[in-house]
Amino acid sequence: MTEMKQPIIQIRNVSKRFGKVTAVDNISLDIRAGEFFVLLGPSGCGKTTLLRMIAGFELPTEGQILIDGQDMSLVPPNKRPVNMVFQSYAVFPHMNVTDNVGYGLRISGVPKGEIRDRVAEALELVKLGGFEDRMPDQMSGGQRQRVALARSLVMRPKVLLLDEPLSALDAKLRAQMQFELADLQDKVGITFVTVTHDQDEALSMASRVAVINKGEVAQLAPPSDLYEYPANRFVADFVGSVNIFEGTLTLDEPDKAAVECPGLGKVYLNHGVTGPHGANVWIALRPEKIYLHVPGEGKAVRAAAQDAPDGHNFARGTIKGMSYLGDITLYEIQLEGGQIIRVSRPNLSRHDQEDFTWDDKVSMHWRADSPVVLLS
Amino acid sequence: MSGPLQDWKSQRKPFAAVASAPVFWLALFFIAPMAIVWLYSFGQNAGPADIDISGTLDNYKRATEWLYLSIFLKSLAVAALTTGICLIIGFPVAMAITFAAPKWRPWLLLGIMLPFWTNLLIRTYALMALMGTNGYMNKGLGGLWEGASWLRTLVGMQPLEAWTPVQLLYNNFAVVLGLVYVHLPFMVLPLYSALDRLDKSLIEASLDLGAGHFKTFMQVVVPLAAPGIVAGVMITLIPALGAYLTPDLMGGTDSQMIANVIERQFKRANDWPFGAALSFLLIYAMFILIALQSMRSNKVKEPR
Repeated sequence: MTEMKQPIIQIRNVSKRFGKVTAVDNISLDIRAGEFFVLLGPSGCGKTTLLRMIAGFELPTEGQILIDGQDMSLVPPNKRPVNMVFQSYAVFPHMNVTDNVGYGLRISGVPKGEIRDRVAEALELVKLGGFEDRMPDQMSGGQRQRVALARSLVMRPKVLLLDEPLSALDAKLRAQMQFELADLQDKVGITFVTVTHDQDEALSMASRVAVINKGEVAQLAPPSDLYEYPANRFVADFVGSVNIFEGTLTLDEPDKAAVECPGLGKVYLNHGVTGPHGANVWIALRPEKIYLHVPGEGKAVRAAAQDAPDGHNFARGTIKGMSYLGDITLYEIQLEGGQIIRVSRPNLSRHDQEDFTWDDKVSMHWRADSPVVLLS
Repeated sequence: MSGPLQDWKSQRKPFAAVASAPVFWLALFFIAPMAIVWLYSFGQNAGPADIDISGTLDNYKRATEWLYLSIFLKSLAVAALTTGICLIIGFPVAMAITFAAPKWRPWLLLGIMLPFWTNLLIRTYALMALMGTNGYMNKGLGGLWEGASWLRTLVGMQPLEAWTPVQLLYNNFAVVLGLVYVHLPFMVLPLYSALDRLDKSLIEASLDLGAGHFKTFMQVVVPLAAPGIVAGVMITLIPALGAYLTPDLMGGTDSQMIANVIERQFKRANDWPFGAALSFLLIYAMFILIALQSMRSNKVKEPR
């Protein structure tokens, strides 16, 4: 993979309208050769339409899609150097595994011996050796998906498109397939473009994620940037769990900033924001980045400030809700201003969940670099 | 599974109670008359209204004479041709309905089923009115002919000879056309239900893997629609084989089918035993067709 190479897929100002509904609204993005690219978004955001336009099942209303430098506008799906793994897998029910996987090669007239070798190789790759003669109705959903994967990979496409590849699998299998897909992609070196509505899937597999909202790209970034540096409220809220507070930017200098949030108080940051002074902004704060404390007795008023280490922000509240999830416990804490803030706390010992209970007065603090200031 | 009312072996009484009425009905009005006709086929006329069931096989011998066998084979050929044409016309129609916008589908299906709401006799006479020598089809063709003739005079050529109406009715062509017209819905509906169940992403997957539309049709659509094709063929072929009204009204003297011959035995010829024998030969032929189909569908179910 060289940085100088042109992107394998170039999407240029692509829009797609179905009647009056705009599914994809002027999207432009580049997908680099060899990357695991994920289109993430809620259902109906246009991500699947975008994928289907890359595959050729839908034509853009406006704009153009280039694959490996070639304009695909007039290229039908059966002539495109991409293959797709369908959400329903679309394994041919009247063919056994070998015939399913060899279908594309047979159609393109590859010699029989080569078909046999390549099918065997593909089945080995997806760990389906020994299943050659099985019919699809004798296989589980996970196995059928592997057939669909092998059937596409055997064509050696430039890009493999996956439409919600894990949505039909149960939770355990899904977690396993996340690793396997990432591993497989690494092994074959083919560019993967995946559509999903599941942020865990996107974060765990992707090299880069495009978050799509209402037909537009809300943010395009590697997974960790998406989580730690969301560009806007939509991304912050869609990727992971987050507390969002509206506020006013009252201080903005190169090395510090402050946002006055009604209900939460003044939130300090140890970096500048470069937003207009007095602007309406939002603070996004992840639940796991907030520390919980029992306030020291008899000094209720100043307790929070004293409990917080230097340079930390602090707040006080009352526990109104708790849910024990095993590895963490989630608390819903009512701030003095009445708003609810969510805090998660790892259960580092077996009794950590007993530290707090309903209606406990607690103090919270978080580092000055934990909140993210969002301008939109 | 042995829940309540699911296994007749463990729930004999309720099943007997439910089953007795239809069994009685079938026995009285289907099996008994058929048995009587079956017995007649082994008898001979002993008077104008008297049949002596003597156990003779003469009726069957006569029925297998070339005169009747040829009509039988011709009926089979006409029915097969009808079925083939129905399949060729019906498949695109069924595909079109399957791929139509969902809001249109019920209306299109209604259009297919609408003829069922009209009596066959009326439909047949309507078709005849269309196809007669004075019918609208001939009038339309005549109009075109005259138009062509007029065009010729415009460019200074000799006008064409006067239009002679085409004989569309009372021949084998009319019979096949009438049978296709009557049986087309029987073909379209099973095809539609098979194609409707077909997961459209299978078609997309085939295209995605490099197959063109024709290859996709042959490799994916047709094999997966096979149960619908078989059902459509059977449900068209069997009634077409026993068709009576269409050849009677629309056919010529040489286009009678086996059902017309049978009808003549029961009516004008007043030879019930021979008519019965012909009827049962037709029934046996249909049995064989159905048996072949069920053998085939059993084969499909077996895992390879």
